[in-house]
Amino acid sequence: MQALSLRNLRKTYKNGLQALKGIDLDVASGDFFALLGPNGAGKSTTIGILCSLVTKTSGQVRVFGHDLDRNPHEVRRAIGLVPQEINFNQFEKVINIVVNQAGYYGIGRRRALDRAERVLTELGLWERRNTTSRQLSGGMKRRLMIARALVHEPRLLILDEPTAGVDIEIRRSMWDYLRQINQAGMTIILTTHYLEEAENLCRNIAIINHGQIVEHSAMPELLARLHVNQFILELRHPPGEVPEVPGYGLERLDERSLLARVPTDRGIHRLFDALAAHDMEVVSLRNAANRLEQLFVDLVDSGKTKHV
Amino acid sequence: MYKLVAFQTILYREIYRFMRIWPQTVLPPAITTSLYFLIFGHLIGSRLGDMGSVRYIEYIVPGIVLMSVITNSYGNVVASFYSSKFQRNIEEMLIAPIPNGLILAGYVMGGVLRGLLTGSIVAGIGSLFTPLHLIHPDIAAGVFLLTATLFSLAGFINAVYANSFDDISIVPNFVLNPLVYLGGVFYSASILPETWRAVALANPMFYMINAFRYGFLGVSDVDVQLAFLVMGGTLIVLLIWAWYLLKKGIGLKA
Repeated sequence: MQALSLRNLRKTYKNGLQALKGIDLDVASGDFFALLGPNGAGKSTTIGILCSLVTKTSGQVRVFGHDLDRNPHEVRRAIGLVPQEINFNQFEKVINIVVNQAGYYGIGRRRALDRAERVLTELGLWERRNTTSRQLSGGMKRRLMIARALVHEPRLLILDEPTAGVDIEIRRSMWDYLRQINQAGMTIILTTHYLEEAENLCRNIAIINHGQIVEHSAMPELLARLHVNQFILELRHPPGEVPEVPGYGLERLDERSLLARVPTDRGIHRLFDALAAHDMEVVSLRNAANRLEQLFVDLVDSGKTKHV
Repeated sequence: MYKLVAFQTILYREIYRFMRIWPQTVLPPAITTSLYFLIFGHLIGSRLGDMGSVRYIEYIVPGIVLMSVITNSYGNVVASFYSSKFQRNIEEMLIAPIPNGLILAGYVMGGVLRGLLTGSIVAGIGSLFTPLHLIHPDIAAGVFLLTATLFSLAGFINAVYANSFDDISIVPNFVLNPLVYLGGVFYSASILPETWRAVALANPMFYMINAFRYGFLGVSDVDVQLAFLVMGGTLIVLLIWAWYLLKKGIGLKA
């Protein structure tokens, strides 16, 4: 069953901006799905429409078979949203924020308290339940938004840049938690600017640019399309001139570092041989960019060219 | 059933909010109206004689109580709803399966309850200065309910259109307060010149305050049935307006 199905979804704002130009998108039930795109591409508009915060101009939205136009309340009940910006009452206690959210979904106070205890404990916030939300750290606020989104037990969780501004340790613990609830059956749609996050967590991906889906495939398929890897080579001695090695691209980054573009079919071994022939000894190498990041930039750049 | 729980949640949250910040919500009307009773009612009023065939301090009590109901019902909804918009926690409700009517009802009921609380406190303080009479309690209760609902709705509409905290203080300062003071809280229309009397009749507050006073003292400058018609008509217009704003998501959705 499809968790989400969008057909010819369009949104034109009052100022004439065409944010979505007829999007088709399917997300299978149980998937961990990445929706990526540069700022202003249409990600937030899409999420806003799914969550009834933005009114669509035309097109069809179905969530677990429920049509947004015919059964808006069933669609809302199925979705939990973790928005990009902090949007809870800064003067409210943590426990009240979560319990009230359950109440808006019709969950009685006693049951809401039980559920709030469970999600707040899972997200490491139970001890802070009586703290006013504005007194929480940035990472805790993000986790509180996840707890709030989960308290009504949605089937589809939408996370709009959930780890923005969160330190590495908390980010990784959030990843573990998201993996865990996805394995338990929850469908997750994630937008993020940390492409490493999408590559690590998601099985399928769509890239949106200028209001259109420019890529929609399985993550391994997409990554397999990467023909060139980029590495940063650290040399033992500063090179005199950067040599020309046929089939490879080399560029000086600083005194002892080179950026190497290595076609996947050629491999890196021959490059090392060529550099050794020029008395250049490589002492270490690392990826210049996350693999998905390279593809993302390529796809978005090709979109830019089309729209100039 | 789930709708009832959602409504109770909004109402509980609204009551919790105004009780949590009681020094801003409950205390000021108590202090302000105590001063009104002391200065206008007791010190000045004792030298004025009767107004509308009752002692001056008795005459002004219903108007001051209703003034408190009006400003607090309005103030509660406009501040609470705009604050939810400003902090964007209104989205917590917009993404949930709550019918628009229930969101509106929850906020309005919150405003009515704050009006009831502050109105009761002010009436209690008034009773320290002069014995209170409730000649027509049903009329007083009806006027209270209509007025509190009406101004809660008005506060909601103001909050929907507001884009800054300045926008939520303009109407109370420049529209509401002048209309209340000119609505006959402190005087009978019978002492006004003919022209000003006609102007007073165009002020909806004039009908509310007089009908409320009729409930307490049995005296009024206007026909009470007409007053209920004015209040009912205004209420229906505001109700349709507020519901339309929520349905269209004006000021709330993109």
